[in-house]
Amino acid sequence: MNSQVREIIARTVELPGGVDGLVDASDLYEAGMTSFGSVQLMLALEEAFDIEFPERMLNRRLFSSIASITAALEELKGEKVGA
Amino acid sequence: MLDKTETKTFLDDLFDQGLLIETGVDGLYGRSGLFEAIGDGFQALVSRYGAADEAEVVRFPPAMARSIFEKSGYMKSFPQLAGTVHCFCGNPADHVSLLQTIEQGGDWTAGQKASEIVLTPAACYPLYPTAAKRGDLPAEGRLFDLLSYCFRHEPSQDPARQQFFRMREYVRMGTPDQVTEFRASWLERGQALIGELGLPFTVDVANDPFFGRTGKMLAVNQRDQRLKFELLIAIESEEKPTACLSFNYHQDHFGKTFGLTTSDGEVAHTACVGFGHERVILALLKHYGTNVKRWPASLRQTLGL
Repeated sequence: MNSQVREIIARTVELPGGVDGLVDASDLYEAGMTSFGSVQLMLALEEAFDIEFPERMLNRRLFSSIASITAALEELKGEKVGA
Repeated sequence: MLDKTETKTFLDDLFDQGLLIETGVDGLYGRSGLFEAIGDGFQALVSRYGAADEAEVVRFPPAMARSIFEKSGYMKSFPQLAGTVHCFCGNPADHVSLLQTIEQGGDWTAGQKASEIVLTPAACYPLYPTAAKRGDLPAEGRLFDLLSYCFRHEPSQDPARQQFFRMREYVRMGTPDQVTEFRASWLERGQALIGELGLPFTVDVANDPFFGRTGKMLAVNQRDQRLKFELLIAIESEEKPTACLSFNYHQDHFGKTFGLTTSDGEVAHTACVGFGHERVILALLKHYGTNVKRWPASLRQTLGL
């Protein structure tokens, strides 16, 4: 899942230094992601993983790193399997 | 029996007193001489509070180039509010058909073509590319004083939510420190100014009305970063007071978008303070009543009435 997230970030978010130099905990906003970039990333993740982020997850922190995005996706996928 | 006056809204009262004039469209009103005189007094007060900064005065018509509007990214965030100017560009035969369609009550607007003009959604939008054209900002940055009618398509019977309204703005461009200091200073000054008018107010973190589900995220982002503060006054409702002044830090959004740079060649940051012209007038009329002759003498004097 982590590599998929990286691939989606590389495809949808304009980062001056690219995604390869970032570790999972790196701050994507500090790496140059704009607010609108985070919205585009959110939409791309929803499409790729066939999920919808609930309102409680629509915040700045969740989309701030590869690690937190992956954790949220795992939680949502888990919910889906559980249901 | 219910007294008819009990069901009257504030908007009805404004129409009855002739302060606002109906046009048949919600949120599109004429203004009386008295309404304008109150507004002139308010504008003079704003100028007095901002005078020491010696801002450069610039006035644009309430419209801007479509190309700049597209570049601004407004449609990403507020497509529901934008107004575009469309015109007839056909030949004489198209004209005949146009007149026939109108005569028959059909949709004559279907053939209208988008012109190169879009209605200004916020007073500062036309300013950024103009400022960028002058080259790098000087070391002290720049400060502008703007006033423009603005358009937002949101028909409403709340007189404080008009489709065409005026916005006065001071816009600061410079380094992050310069523009955040400007905003902090106006947060103080704005409260002193409204305090001088004797209006009860609160100040709170706010967000813009971003469109749709993705807009929720933009709104949360904006609040998390405390990019927008509003000074709120109760006009149409006590529970939901109206934003009459706003204090906005755009970070490098406009600097990046329009290539605005500081004297060091860095992307410039911008901030603005906006004054809702009609909203402050309406707050005064709501708080002190629509009979302006009965307003406190000191207030009338402050406003030059």
